[in-house]
Amino acid sequence: MTPALRELEILFPKGLLHRPGELAPYESDALTAFRARPLAVVLPESHEEVVAAVRWCQKHRIPYVARGSGTSLSGGSLPVEGGIVIALNRMNRLLRLDPKERTAVVQPGFINLQVSLAAAPYGLYYAPDPSSQPVSTIGGNLAFNSGGAHCLKYGMTSNHVLGAKVVLPDGETASLGSESLEGVGPDWLGLFVGSEGLLGIATEVTLRLLPKPEAYHTVLAAYDTLEKAGEAVAAVVASGILPGAMEIMDSLAIEAAEAAVGAGYPREARALLIVELEGEAPEVEAEAHHLEQVIRSSGAYEVRVAQSEAERMKIWKGRKAAFSAVGRLSPDYIVQDGVVPRSKLGQALAEIERLSERYGLRVANVFHAGDGNLHPLILYNGRVPGELERAEELAGEILRLCVALGGSITGEHGVGMEKRAYMPEMFSPTDLEAMRRIRQALDPLELSNRGKMFPGGEPRPPSGPHPLERAGVIVRE
Amino acid sequence: MQHRIDPEKVGPQGEVMAHAIEACVHCGFCLPACPTYQVLGEEMDSPRGRIFLMKEVLEGSLSLEEAQPYIDKCLGCLGCVTACPSGVPYGELITSFRAYSEPKRRRPLFQKAFRMGLQETLPYPARFRAAARLGRLARPLKPLLPSFLRAPLELLPAELPPPEPLPERVAAEGERRARVAFLAGCAQQVLQPGFNRAALRVLARNGVEVVIPKGQVCCGALALHTGERERALRLARQNLRAFSGDYDAILTNAAGCGSGLKEYPLLFRGEAEEEEARALAQRVKDIAVFLVELGLREVPPLKEPLRVAYHDACHLAHAQGVRAEPRALLRSIPGVELVEIPEGELCCGSAGTYNLEQPQIAATLGERKARNILATGAQVVVTGNIGCHTQIQNHLRKLGQNLPVLHTVELLDKAYAGQL
Repeated sequence: MTPALRELEILFPKGLLHRPGELAPYESDALTAFRARPLAVVLPESHEEVVAAVRWCQKHRIPYVARGSGTSLSGGSLPVEGGIVIALNRMNRLLRLDPKERTAVVQPGFINLQVSLAAAPYGLYYAPDPSSQPVSTIGGNLAFNSGGAHCLKYGMTSNHVLGAKVVLPDGETASLGSESLEGVGPDWLGLFVGSEGLLGIATEVTLRLLPKPEAYHTVLAAYDTLEKAGEAVAAVVASGILPGAMEIMDSLAIEAAEAAVGAGYPREARALLIVELEGEAPEVEAEAHHLEQVIRSSGAYEVRVAQSEAERMKIWKGRKAAFSAVGRLSPDYIVQDGVVPRSKLGQALAEIERLSERYGLRVANVFHAGDGNLHPLILYNGRVPGELERAEELAGEILRLCVALGGSITGEHGVGMEKRAYMPEMFSPTDLEAMRRIRQALDPLELSNRGKMFPGGEPRPPSGPHPLERAGVIVRE
Repeated sequence: MQHRIDPEKVGPQGEVMAHAIEACVHCGFCLPACPTYQVLGEEMDSPRGRIFLMKEVLEGSLSLEEAQPYIDKCLGCLGCVTACPSGVPYGELITSFRAYSEPKRRRPLFQKAFRMGLQETLPYPARFRAAARLGRLARPLKPLLPSFLRAPLELLPAELPPPEPLPERVAAEGERRARVAFLAGCAQQVLQPGFNRAALRVLARNGVEVVIPKGQVCCGALALHTGERERALRLARQNLRAFSGDYDAILTNAAGCGSGLKEYPLLFRGEAEEEEARALAQRVKDIAVFLVELGLREVPPLKEPLRVAYHDACHLAHAQGVRAEPRALLRSIPGVELVEIPEGELCCGSAGTYNLEQPQIAATLGERKARNILATGAQVVVTGNIGCHTQIQNHLRKLGQNLPVLHTVELLDKAYAGQL
C-alpha cells in the first residue's frame, strides 16, 4: 500500500476497497465495451466524507468518478485507470418528504423508483422514469439529466430537480437552486444537471413531486411497417393531444421483450406503438375517443386498450425490459441514443434500415417516439473479428444522420465515454472551448470524471489562451 | 458480455458457464433483487459483480482466492434470475462454478470438518436425528463454542417430534384420479414430519394414490449447491433408480428438493445418465402445481375467517417459477384472506445450509423477513419449503412473536379436517 492509499484508508476505515477481487466488479458500468481498473473505491456515508475523498484526490492529483448503480449506457461512470471511484451506494436515504410542498430530499444513492414508492401514500410520484428506474440512482439521473418514456409530457430530470447540495471539484460545498420553483440569479443548478459528473458530486437533491394522475388510458397499436407507426406519432401530436408517453418498438425489439417478460405483444407486428394518456378522468376519457379516431385512421391493423392496471403494467414491463432483453438475441450490442425532430422520424427510420442492410448488422429499434428520441440497438458478435468495429462505424453513421436531420447525438444517455468523439459533429470548436472553460474554472486539473464528454479526453494544461485569443480576435485584460 | 474463457480447459460445465456469462449485458437490473447487495451495498456482492468475478477467474486473470469470499456469500436464491431481462441462467453458472472451484480451494481444517459434518448428517434422517439430540445436549455449552458451531445450535428446535416411518403406499380415497411417486425429503422428515403426513392425507383425499419408493435418498441439492458434485451425483444416481417406475408425476413438498431434482440434467451433463436425468426432471412437480392441475376436491369453509400471508420460497418462485399455484390453493379455502408480504421476492436467508455457513447475513435477512411478515397483520404464515419454515419461525420467535408457520398442504389438511 502506498502512503497516499494508507492516508485514504485512515479517512475510510470501513469504506475502502482496494484488493483486486474488490475492484474488478467496478471496472465497467452498463457499457462493457470499456473497462478500466481504478486504484481504489471509497464508499462515503456522509457529505463530509465525500468532501474528504475529493480533497484527498485534489491533494494527490488523482482523478475520480462518482458512481451510483453503474447503469450508464454511455460509460459515464467508467473509472479512470488508476483513479478513485466514489461509490455513493451507502448514501441511499430519503432525508425528507414534504407532501404539502410536494418535495422530497434524498441522498444521491437513493433509487429513482423508491422516490415514487415513498411518495405513493400521499398520492404523489416522481415523474422522470428512465427504463432503469428500479435500479438507477437519483445522483446518476441528475448527472446525466435522465429522461424516460413519460418525459414527453413532463420533461427531463432537469425539470424535476429544485435544488442540490454539491461538492465542487476543489472540495468546497455549494447549494444550488432552492426549494421553490422561482429562483433568483443565474441558473447554476441548470448548469450542474446533465454535466455528467464533471462539475462536482451532488450529496443532497431536492426533487419535485407531482400528484399521481387520476386515470390512465394505454393503447397498443400494431402496424405492418415502421414508417406507419412513425407517421402515427406525428398524427397524434398534430391532432392536439399531448399523451404522457408515446413509444415505438420494432419487430426485433418485440421479439426480445416477449422472450424476456411475455408482455403479450402481437408477435408478428413490424412495429408497435404504445400511447398512454393520463390525467383527470373526464379529460382522459374525452381524449381517448379522439385518440381512437386518430389511431384508426393511421393504418394500425390491431388496436388494444389496457383494461386494468395489471395489463397496463405488463405493456410497460415489456417496453422497459427491451434494452437488456436484446441480450437474448445477440451476445453483444450497442445501445444508441440520438434525437431527430418528430416530423423526421419516418425518414430517420427508413435511413437506419438502409444502413443496417449496408453494414450487414441487425438493428433493433425501441424509442421514445413522442420526443423523437431514437434508441437503435446495433446487434453484433464481438467474437467475430471486425464486427465490433463495423458496429461502431454504423453507430457513428446513425449519430451523423441525427445531426444532419437537425437533431442531436444524445437524448438522455449522455456523452460519457462513448460519444465524446462525436461532440465536434454537433458543436463548433468555439462551443467546445466555452464548455471547457467553464469546466476549468471549477476544476483546473480536470480531476472530476476525467476523460469523459470532451473529445480526446486527456486534460490540457489549465488556462491556456483561447483559440480566438491566439488568433487575435478577442483580447482579455 | 465478452469473455476469453476456453470452455475446453474449464471442464464439463465450461460451456454452461461461458454461455451464462455471454448472456449477461451488465445492465444492473439484478441489483435490487439481490439480498446480499441489499444488505452489503457493494458491487462484488451483487449478481452482476459475481458474474464478472467468475469470468475473471475462468479467464485466469484473477485468483480464485480473491473472488471466493463473494461467491461464497451468494445465497443461490435466484432472485436475480427473475429480475434479469437478458435471461442469464445464473443458477447454472453459480452451481457449476462452485463445482469447478471446490476441489481447487484450500479450506481451514475446522471448516472442512464442519462442512463434511453437515453433508454427512443433514441428508440422512437417522444421523440428523442423532446429531440433533447431541446438539440439544450441547446447548448449555453454546457460549464456549466457536461461532460456526453456534448457528446450527440456534436453529435446532427445543423438542424434536418423534420419528414416523412413512408407508410404502397410500391408497386414493374414492375414485382414483392419479398415481404419483413421492419424495419424502431428508431434513424435513426429522424437523417437520407433519409436512409429509399432511401431504399424503391431502393427496389421498383428492383421489391420488401415492407411492413412496424405497431406496430414495436426499435429492443431493445440499451437496450440489455447495460444490460437492461427486457427492450429489452419488445421491442422484440412487434416486434415478428409485424413481424409475411409471408414475403420473414425481411430487415433492419441499421447494429446495423440487428444484434439486429439476437440476439433474445439469448435474448429469456429460454423464451416461444424462437422458435419464432429463426424463426424471420433466416429471417432477411441486405438490401445489400438481394439485392445481388436478383440481382440488371441495374444501369446507373455515369456521372463522383467517388472514394468511404466503411466503414465496425462492426455490419455488425464482427457481421453478411457481408463484400462482400455492396462492390458488390457499384461495380455494373458503374463509382464507390472502395477503402479500412486502419485499416478497427477497430471500429469507435460509438458503439450504447458508444460514449455517453465513449466519450473520442470514440473520439480517431473517429478521427483515420476519418484520415484513408482521407488517401484513397476518394470523398465519404459509410457505412451501422446510428451510424457510425453520428460518422464519426462528426469527419470528426472536422478535417475540408466536405467529404459526405452516406448510401450504398443512393448512389445506387442517381445512379438510375442519380444524380451523
